Amino acid sequence: MKIDVALQKFAAYPHVVVTWVGDDGYPAQTPAEFSADHAAGVLRIHATGVPLPAGRQVNIIASHIRPQAGTGYDERRYVTAWGALASDGDGYVFRPERAWGWDEAETPFFEYSERSNEQARKYLRTLSDERGAPVKPRLSRFWSVLITTRLPFLTATFVPILIGVAAAAYDGHFNIWYALLTLLGGAAIHVGLNVANDVFDAMSGADEANVNPTQYSGGSRVIQRGIVTLKQMGAISIGAYAGGISVGLLLLAMRPSVELLVIGVAGVFLSVFYTAPPLRLVHRGLGELTTAIGFGPLMLLGAYAVQAQELSFSAFVASVPVAIFIALILYVNEIPDRNSDAKVGKRTLPARLSQGAVTTLFLVSALAAFAVVAAGAAFGTLPWPTLIALLGLPLAFSVHRGIRMYYGDPYALMATMGKNVQLHLVVGMLLFAGYCIAIAMD
Amino acid sequence: MTWLPEDVQRLLDAALVAEVAVIDGGGRPVVHPLLPLWDGERIYITSSILFSKKLEHIRNNPRVSVTISDPAAAGGLRARCAIQGDARIFEEDPHETWERILPLWREKEPAIDAFLGKRYALPLFFERSLIEITPRRVAWWSDGDVGRAPATAAGPEVAA
Repeated sequence: MKIDVALQKFAAYPHVVVTWVGDDGYPAQTPAEFSADHAAGVLRIHATGVPLPAGRQVNIIASHIRPQAGTGYDERRYVTAWGALASDGDGYVFRPERAWGWDEAETPFFEYSERSNEQARKYLRTLSDERGAPVKPRLSRFWSVLITTRLPFLTATFVPILIGVAAAAYDGHFNIWYALLTLLGGAAIHVGLNVANDVFDAMSGADEANVNPTQYSGGSRVIQRGIVTLKQMGAISIGAYAGGISVGLLLLAMRPSVELLVIGVAGVFLSVFYTAPPLRLVHRGLGELTTAIGFGPLMLLGAYAVQAQELSFSAFVASVPVAIFIALILYVNEIPDRNSDAKVGKRTLPARLSQGAVTTLFLVSALAAFAVVAAGAAFGTLPWPTLIALLGLPLAFSVHRGIRMYYGDPYALMATMGKNVQLHLVVGMLLFAGYCIAIAMD
Repeated sequence: MTWLPEDVQRLLDAALVAEVAVIDGGGRPVVHPLLPLWDGERIYITSSILFSKKLEHIRNNPRVSVTISDPAAAGGLRARCAIQGDARIFEEDPHETWERILPLWREKEPAIDAFLGKRYALPLFFERSLIEITPRRVAWWSDGDVGRAPATAAGPEVAA
């Protein structure tokens, strides 16, 4: 912190505490009244009942909290400095030489904590070295699995598969076991992708550079926090991909078709090279498009092909809004990561576009998705009950408002990111419900 | 039983923040604003491993000082005090060892239970070490006027 900034901050506090090392080797402290002299670049310490050590280096700190009945306190902030203390008439003059501090209004607590991950790892390394055994942070197995695999994000897989199965059933093809196997295979590939994403973002430094992670962005953080090692994450990813590919091969053996083979190969290819070198599609500005294709047409048409052993234009049209809304999840989640992504060359759309362009593009894309549903139903490509998906429109406008209001505040944007995940889920499930209603009415 | 004067005990019971001084490897004082907990005999502070430099300093030099200076953060009590003492770190299991002072923490910061319920979201914050401080000397200003010489007292080890 610059000294003139520190002086300004000190001036906002009612008193300071002066600390020095006494002759007995203990820190000695006394509160003191003071005033800031900005012109001279010093703090003028008023006379204290405890004589201060003029001519020596001292520490000065000013801190503040606001007590809150029933909870504890908030408004945490402090500023502190090292410098030389000199006598000045009845009082003293403190000339700060090095200053630092924290104000949670300027650096949110979560960011402050993220910036300290390395200190935590260093401390655990020291303990591990002393004990000759690894000392690691602990999480319950339940939370470790949930966070490492990012299981809640599997709705992105379930939505297109359920719609694909429903679309096939509407066309007269349905087998529950094939449907369950498709869900299982899709989920395994998705877990493999989530974990691989963390592995490659850890290796590129993207996640380490991100000090504003949220529950929707910045990865699972298990590597940065030392809960799971990079090697373990690699093994989990490979295991999940192996499981998913095995299920895919089983389905291909039971329901052979060229369409399913092509979709399966393309799906695995896109998910692996989403963050993996040499393609690193997400780093080339193709993340949104890759996600849209993978979690839109490929998943939905794959599920359809398993049931029907062929493709359908109607199912493809149904996959377009799903593709747009899943891409918009990634797109909005990338907003808080845009600076750290840009630093490591991850050219996502929010990293390249202005705030106004990012906000407008969201609204245009969401409205286009609803327009596809409306047009599909109007032209008879989609069964008319799928029009109930338009009930998701108010949610889209709400997300747009949230992006406009909280673009620059990752933590305030979290509620909007949550709503945006709901938007994909709600519109997807309404489309699914539309198909179910149409099947029931047939 | 503690030898600390009642004014100081009341401060320790009420204070939501204290300026805690440790000595770094270069012999300089480093001061952190921290929540002081008091069990009637010793002062306790916990430190997340995220902010564990102070622990490194205490390992090298256990001499510390704890000052309570802000009436607004001490239930309106006007008194102020500066306590010197010896620190000891408990870090057998950073996940659990510190939890033995949770009842004291809860009294001053009831919201800690809600945060602890979500420790999965910030796991490193709740991997902590416990610092136990045995007071040796105290200076205190009953009326809060630090322009006057403080009253002082020392523990039995120092007095002897």
